[in-house]
Amino acid sequence: MNWYAIKAIYKFEMARTRRTLLQSIVAPVISTSLYFVVFGAAIGGRIQEVEGVSYGAFIVPGLIMLSLLTNSISNASFGIYFPKFSGTIYELLSAPVSMFEAVLGYVGAAASKSLILGTIILATSALFVPLQIAHPFVMILFLLLTCITFSLFGFIIGVWADNFEKLQLIPMLIVTPLVFLGGSFYSASMLSPFWQTVTLFNPVLYLISGFRWSFYELADVSIVVSLGMILVFLLACISTIWWIFKTGYHIKK
Amino acid sequence: MQDTIVSIRSLSKTYAGGFQALKQVNLDIRRGEIIALLGPNGAGKTTLISTICGLVNPSEGQVLVDGFDIIRDFRKTRSLIGLVPQELTTDAFESVLSTVTFSRGLFGKAPNSVHIEAVLRDLSLWEKRNNKIITLSGGMKRRLLIAKALSHEPRVLFLDEPTAGVDVELRKDMWALVRRLRDSGVTIILTTHYIEEAEEIADRIGIITRGELLLVEDKHELMRKLGKKQLIMDLLQPLAHIPDTLAHYTLALSADCLQLTHTYDSQGADADITALLDDLRRVGIHFKDIRTTQSSLEEIFVKLVEDAR
Repeated sequence: MNWYAIKAIYKFEMARTRRTLLQSIVAPVISTSLYFVVFGAAIGGRIQEVEGVSYGAFIVPGLIMLSLLTNSISNASFGIYFPKFSGTIYELLSAPVSMFEAVLGYVGAAASKSLILGTIILATSALFVPLQIAHPFVMILFLLLTCITFSLFGFIIGVWADNFEKLQLIPMLIVTPLVFLGGSFYSASMLSPFWQTVTLFNPVLYLISGFRWSFYELADVSIVVSLGMILVFLLACISTIWWIFKTGYHIKK
Repeated sequence: MQDTIVSIRSLSKTYAGGFQALKQVNLDIRRGEIIALLGPNGAGKTTLISTICGLVNPSEGQVLVDGFDIIRDFRKTRSLIGLVPQELTTDAFESVLSTVTFSRGLFGKAPNSVHIEAVLRDLSLWEKRNNKIITLSGGMKRRLLIAKALSHEPRVLFLDEPTAGVDVELRKDMWALVRRLRDSGVTIILTTHYIEEAEEIADRIGIITRGELLLVEDKHELMRKLGKKQLIMDLLQPLAHIPDTLAHYTLALSADCLQLTHTYDSQGADADITALLDDLRRVGIHFKDIRTTQSSLEEIFVKLVEDAR
């Protein structure tokens, strides 16, 4: 195992975050705070409690998930796409580094950044709404699994993309709508039976539901099913990356 | 038999589109030598280097570096190799020191600030160590790429068109650096289409075109074997025509009838200059000046590539 290489990639990626602190940390925190102001205070004031939880507090897990998913994907996809774009990937390909080690470095850094961001947003939300975390270990487990899984997913997108438009395509057109429609701002039980059934096909629903359960013991689906779904997605990402390593898809000629 | 550090056997590469960039290339690179791979654009030079370094998957054949297979033992081979790419590909917003330190870590080496400082000083980059790469000139960026490639103390250094687009002064600095590296025991493989560069610094020259290695030869031997020499004589009096008694020499008379040129192979039977001069005196041809010229590597290269077409 080339630990020096993993450390070098990790440090390099984390240094990029420090250089772009405004974009990496401050901007997501501000936009999430705006969600609290708009949905929590302005609109939330007109919405009754959701299953005994104030609306402002109810949307906290969904908002954290929204930031985790989009940032995990963008951090990891940019991390591997930019060397491809600039040509500096030659160094990674010519180094005694296995793709597994490269993924550990890139995905580890992307997941770390998202974890830091998630923690900051959680702390920020405590300034706006009274928070309770019923199952802190489950919450941390969900945070970790989400950061890792969606950073892996971002890595796949970064490998697949051959231009900046493609890099943004899946996060903007698929992931963000799925997060918004996955119960970030509402409970699936508030929908009509037909739309409740449709929502079950949205994988993000399981993430948000499980994460929210760790806070308030409120869930649209069973916590076990939520955990199972994220593990399935994690395995799907790992399998895809294994295939990328094997074939050199979009990395090696 | 000299010690081989890179052994290439029947190496072929066909890209997904069907283009065959390398065709059954066989080459042994000796430890501690500077070998220049000459070839026109698209000849396969970069593909050959990229395959050995791990950037391109070979279609068939085998490459051993210091006895290790580049696929099976990729960690060992890649840690022995440094690569300086043709393009100035750098992380614009990183500092010089951090990017070189990153390269060393990437190649699995423990941090060594003494070595990094020595490399940066040797390449006149130490004063710029805290500068962002974006602020460096083209020549400095080229040196930075070399510093990155040397950060992990490689034993084999690949330089892909190292002096492409650099001015004459920097080119000479680069040649001096390459010689210093060779003297320190590093084997250098460089691709170039500057013949002058190969002629100046290489020990051996390989000529590659259309994915085929036409020949690999010691530079001086190549020039001796394939180079034509010319003896040029400035005549005292205009000569109307070349006398029949000199017909067995390859002589040419200039248009103003004042210069006689004898073209000969330095190893051939016609290389007996004394006999020619005796014969010229015998028929009453006298000259006021005499000089010899030898084909340049460029002429040899052009001829070989044209012959291969």
